[in-house]
Amino acid sequence: MTLDPIVITLIEAVVKTIVVIVALLTAFAYLTLVERYVIAKIQSRIGPNRVGAIGGIALLQPIADAIKMIFKEDFWPSQADKIIYTIAPGIAVGTALLAWAVMPLHPSTEIFGYRVDFFIADVNIGVLYLLAIGSLGVYGIVLGGWGSNNKYSMLGALRSTAQMISYEVSLGLALVGVLMISGSLSLVTIVEKQSFIWNVVWQPLGFIIYFIAAVAEVNRLPFDLPEAETELVAGYQTEYSSLKFALFYMAEYINMITVSAIAATMFLGGYQGPFGILPGVHWLVLKIMFFIFVMMWMRGTLPRFRYDQLMRFGWQVLLPLALANIFITALVMLVVGA
Amino acid sequence: MESIPFYFLAALAVLAALGVVVMRDPVYSALALAVVLTALAGLYVLLSAPFLAAAQVMIYAGAILILFVFVIMLLSPGREGDAPRGALKWQRPLAVIFGGALVAQLALVLLMTILPTGRGLYTPEYLAQIGSTQAVGAALFTDYLLPFEITSLLLLVAMVGVIVLAKKKS
Amino acid sequence: MPVDYLPILVMIAIVTAFAVIALTLSAMTGPRRPNPTKLSPYESGMPPFGSARRRFSIKYYLTAVLFILFDIEIIFFYPWAVLFRDLGWFGLSAMGTFMLVLLIGYVYVWRKGGFEWD
Repeated sequence: MTLDPIVITLIEAVVKTIVVIVALLTAFAYLTLVERYVIAKIQSRIGPNRVGAIGGIALLQPIADAIKMIFKEDFWPSQADKIIYTIAPGIAVGTALLAWAVMPLHPSTEIFGYRVDFFIADVNIGVLYLLAIGSLGVYGIVLGGWGSNNKYSMLGALRSTAQMISYEVSLGLALVGVLMISGSLSLVTIVEKQSFIWNVVWQPLGFIIYFIAAVAEVNRLPFDLPEAETELVAGYQTEYSSLKFALFYMAEYINMITVSAIAATMFLGGYQGPFGILPGVHWLVLKIMFFIFVMMWMRGTLPRFRYDQLMRFGWQVLLPLALANIFITALVMLVVGA
Repeated sequence: MESIPFYFLAALAVLAALGVVVMRDPVYSALALAVVLTALAGLYVLLSAPFLAAAQVMIYAGAILILFVFVIMLLSPGREGDAPRGALKWQRPLAVIFGGALVAQLALVLLMTILPTGRGLYTPEYLAQIGSTQAVGAALFTDYLLPFEITSLLLLVAMVGVIVLAKKKS
Repeated sequence: MPVDYLPILVMIAIVTAFAVIALTLSAMTGPRRPNPTKLSPYESGMPPFGSARRRFSIKYYLTAVLFILFDIEIIFFYPWAVLFRDLGWFGLSAMGTFMLVLLIGYVYVWRKGGFEWD
């Protein structure tokens, strides 16, 4: 029996999408636990150790949290714009998940004479797709804040949006150096070209700029102004409860995983091992975990920026550095290449 | 089979465009416009112009519409019905004239190009060659170098303009 | 090739379904015991006053416009970057001219305090 190639593509896409979403949701659930442990260790506390504890680690805690979230009261504030208030968390989590459509997870392999690609789609605008989806992510936050019709939510959403768009510029420019080296926008090609030497060797400045901008993009400390609890309660999430709150929370963690995966893919060779050792998804996971650990560490260590400092840092430090990085890269490539 | 995504995206774009006009709340209109722009990006992909599609989502849906939303929030104009109804009456005949002119223009283009032969100007193979990022870049830095450089002047004017508008003299 | 993008369309459909299911589940499970105080906007326990729909600082407008301008710049940088090896010195000078003009604007905005959030 032979199937239409389009039908095979469709079936493959459905299976891969579901696997990726399930993996991301599981990773999200356990990252909340890991984060609590890391922060607890930094602050010399014990951390969660009750629910399904094995060796002092509460392995069932995320499941307990999920059940609790589902059965919490879900309400619509009387002032809220009901429709926008409801769809905003959906948009937030949807855009967070969609970025994974172009992420290469593992080298393509033959299984039973059938070629399997470990990405959902390899498109020749891959990096631009990531930026485009990332720029849509702002909508979940701005609509959540506006729909709640609460002063804290509104201010939090506006601040958050202004912060995200300011750092998006440096984020986009920091990746240009990598594109100049690889000459392609396809993430699969970019990873394949790093089989021996990772891009971070040629792009150390670009890498640092990307990572700082990415931390600001996902609103983590020291850039967590949108949720500065001492002044804005919980920012755009103030009026949310139950699964709607969980969806925002999920979007935040998935975005954290996503920017780490992009950093790993663009600068640290993605699924490639150092010097070509055993390429595979385990390297990608390891690199993502490294970045996430650094972000948690930063949360446990650094104080928060003031808002004017944050905006000035984005526009007056990071942006010129990113532009300088592009021109330095161009000059070096021309002088050394010639 | 290939035309299913086209009809889906086209219907979505038209419906959302209707929403932009019909919705009374400016935030809903802006949101509907975001759907229109994203659906159009999908149509660009179907026409083998992925670079244009990504630019469309990034610039229009991701940047310009955010500006729209900010402006709406800045002014908090409330629902459309709250404004005195007759305030913009003189715009109606103008809207009919310009709308009619646009329809006539599109009809003329269709009559001159596609309708006589029943097919488009370009083959899918040709479109696939000119739509990629590399092809757009190659065109931009050869045939369209002057317009590209002039764009920078346009952006400069916009930068000066926004400062003049938004920054108090102190 | 448009067919390369088909999996993305599939993913959009599945992700939308996921969001709809989660939001429906959220509305269906859990108790529903609303009261006027619970439904009023949260203002740190004080009785809420005024509306949240008020006018906001022009600074946000300024930031959004600057973002659009630099976003357009990025979109020009990407095709330039992937072609950079072929364009060589010519590419650098073409982009250099473009950037020089924008740099004038950037310095102007800086000196006028456009990046200050006071």
